[in-house]
Amino acid sequence: MRKVSINIALPKGRFLGETASVLRRAGWGLDGYHETARFYRLKSQKFPNLSAKVFHEKDIPVQVAVGNYDLGICGLDWIEELLVRYPSSALVKVRDLGYGDGALYVAASRSAAAIVAELQAKPGIIRMASEYPNLAESFMVNLRLRRFSVFPLWGAAEVYPSESCDLVLIPGRAEEPLFNYGLVPVAKVLRLSAFVIANKNSWETKNLGDVLASIYNTNPVVRRKQPSSTAVVRMPEIAGQGFPGVDEGIVRLALPDGHQQVPTLSLLSKAGIRIDDYTSPVSNRRPTTSLSGVMIKVIRPQDMPLQVANGNFDLAITGRDWLREHLYRFPSSPVTELQDLKFGKVKIVAVVSKNLPIADVYSLRQLIAKRLGPFRVASEYVNIADKYARDNHLGMYRVIPTWGASEAFIPEDADLLIENTETGRTISRHNLKIIDTLFVSTACLIGNTGSMSSSSKGRRMKSIMKKLQTAVEDV
Amino acid sequence: MRVQRCKGSRDLSPEDMTRFRLIEGVFRDCCLKWGYSEVRTPTLEYLHLFTSTGTLTPGMLNRVYSFLDWDGWSGERVVLRPDGTIPVVRLYIESMVEKELVRLFYVTNIFIFEQTGKETRERWQCGVELIGVGSTIADVELMTLALEVLKRLGLEGVELRLSHAGLIRALLAKLELSPGEQTRIFDQILDGDAEALTKLKSGRPELDNTLPLLDLKGKSSGFLKNLKALFTRDLAEVEPTIDDFISIIDRLDALGCEYQIDIASGRDFEYYTGLIFQFFIGGEKVGGGGRYDALIPLMGGKDTPASGFALYFDRLMELVKPEILAGPTGQRILIRARSEAAEGGFNVANRLREAGYVAELELGGQKLTNLRWTLDVQNKAPLFILNDQVNHKRFEAQTADELFKLL
Repeated sequence: MRKVSINIALPKGRFLGETASVLRRAGWGLDGYHETARFYRLKSQKFPNLSAKVFHEKDIPVQVAVGNYDLGICGLDWIEELLVRYPSSALVKVRDLGYGDGALYVAASRSAAAIVAELQAKPGIIRMASEYPNLAESFMVNLRLRRFSVFPLWGAAEVYPSESCDLVLIPGRAEEPLFNYGLVPVAKVLRLSAFVIANKNSWETKNLGDVLASIYNTNPVVRRKQPSSTAVVRMPEIAGQGFPGVDEGIVRLALPDGHQQVPTLSLLSKAGIRIDDYTSPVSNRRPTTSLSGVMIKVIRPQDMPLQVANGNFDLAITGRDWLREHLYRFPSSPVTELQDLKFGKVKIVAVVSKNLPIADVYSLRQLIAKRLGPFRVASEYVNIADKYARDNHLGMYRVIPTWGASEAFIPEDADLLIENTETGRTISRHNLKIIDTLFVSTACLIGNTGSMSSSSKGRRMKSIMKKLQTAVEDV
Repeated sequence: MRVQRCKGSRDLSPEDMTRFRLIEGVFRDCCLKWGYSEVRTPTLEYLHLFTSTGTLTPGMLNRVYSFLDWDGWSGERVVLRPDGTIPVVRLYIESMVEKELVRLFYVTNIFIFEQTGKETRERWQCGVELIGVGSTIADVELMTLALEVLKRLGLEGVELRLSHAGLIRALLAKLELSPGEQTRIFDQILDGDAEALTKLKSGRPELDNTLPLLDLKGKSSGFLKNLKALFTRDLAEVEPTIDDFISIIDRLDALGCEYQIDIASGRDFEYYTGLIFQFFIGGEKVGGGGRYDALIPLMGGKDTPASGFALYFDRLMELVKPEILAGPTGQRILIRARSEAAEGGFNVANRLREAGYVAELELGGQKLTNLRWTLDVQNKAPLFILNDQVNHKRFEAQTADELFKLL
């Protein structure tokens, strides 16, 4: 009897090592599932009918729920992040694998920590930043906070309190959580570890038994008490001092982490601005600077436009791609490009499989008109992708948000990508082709239109702009 | 590909709309005669209007349609109106506070997610808010108004079930629970856990014996007086709320209203502070309301008592019989005019409509059912040929005046 094919989504990142070791013990014979792997599609020697693909962990519950994959392995945090917002997702939590023992905490800055009761009584808006916006919102709703804002983040949440937000929802160790940057836990929201999940329909109709049994057999049964997933575990009360503000005149500058660090630092030094400890291996997210009256935090460039719009930062160095991504979603946002910094040039392009017989977006539209079923657009830039699909009348389309490595989505899990590319080599290597260029993006200085008008702060902001302008023109 | 409507949404067909408008018409007519004025609030509101304690229960809040607006960069969400009362209260605080007494009514849709998609997620309701009075007479006014609407809709077998949020809260307060725990259990009761109250264990025997009695249902103020006799020794604080409840019941008795007292039947809305009343027909809830004296101050207004109710279209539309309610509608006439006589057709149709007829131009495809008259319009004599479809007779007329005489 021919065996049905089984698809499994495997995690990159924090659980890759232990997951790979479990699957090795299970005798799967996966070739190339390790930290430095360059390929995303894997075959198993033991189960010839099994195909595995490697994803960013956050993508896995979504991919399994929509039915692209029968099985997946990922952290309970990302499963609950999906389920708390979309409880009817077609997802079955099959088994706790027991490793990756951690927890999600609501944390605040030690200097500004408050107990839950104080939060409930606090007038004004409580700001919470997190990579888990759905769980964060659920926490705020269940706490019956009167007014709150949730800032979704791509990362670096730990550096936000207390100046840029009041609370963060972040992962930590299950016992004795220790956080950087003087954070203390206020509440434990969820205990997490790696889970096997299944698509509900696959679970009901397909025989996944051999594959699952091979995992169970390597793995001692976990007998740990699982607290109910989104229950708030009250922490001991923490003495608080209320919520301090930042001195009005201080300019809050956001610098990018990741591969834009080196060119950013070189431009800043050309502009005569010294930043200490920015590109060091320990990567301090609060580097010091020679500029007076300026506070610097190192955060993700993706998060900067929203943070600047909300006045949590006054200036930021990010890419024009992320500024547009923000402004397409929020046209009235008070964030604006102040200065083109000219480095980090990438093209934002529309990409399809090389096997599609089309050369441009017009022939793509004709192709879509003929096919049945929805057309899937995958992108890290959901708003740019959405606008592109809208403007080009791509029919009944769906935008699938991704958290990196989008090239691996085509052809199984998406039909079109909106991607950035420097040379086009990665795209070509994945058997893909560019059919359209949306725009060219470079690094730029962005600012909040409101903070420019305040006198002392505005003066400092203009002086930084001036220095950067001179440095850019020198190049 | 077939175009489909959204999961959980519903179209209202011409037949549905006939029922809808009949209910709306009766409701509006009653409200206007009782001195209420109509308002309409926007479909979008800020989410924070509904999030604080004392507004919607978490069970409701977790099912609202909230999202970031185009200018939602601050992270503040907006929501498709999940409730009829809170927006009207917001409107009152925003622009009517100077008035001492306000009687308002509305016909609106509300949006609540329902997981299976089998029940509609957009629901229509018609409601009334009586703001500025805290008397038991006001509560009775609302219940009698609602009963009048249901009666004029020709609906029979209406059950009125009564509970009292103040009484539930006062009992919870006696259980020495933390404020958070009290809210949680109150919310459980409102979210439909009928046993939440009776399965509580307080650790105080006199209470543990009393709580199961709350599960019983009463049919007269005697029931409440029995409870009061039990409570006054151990729970003197409960007395004022029981007295309030009893005085409402006495008034209903005087008016000859039938009702059932069911303490654990409070539902849905955390903002209730006093009487909660619900209407059932054949076991299905068709509406409800209650007193919400704390809501206006909670939302930033002055300390103002208020109460209100809403009736649910979706249930009522299944129950009303249009033929009972249908008033004298105009007679239908189908006008057949050849294209060269089209102008004459339009003209005579206008005159017929002014005279109260429903005049329909033949455009092909109409069936001659449910129709007494057809009229042929020509550009040569005879100009008008009138056919009586019921008695199979044919009349000719040369002028419109002659035609009207024939009709």
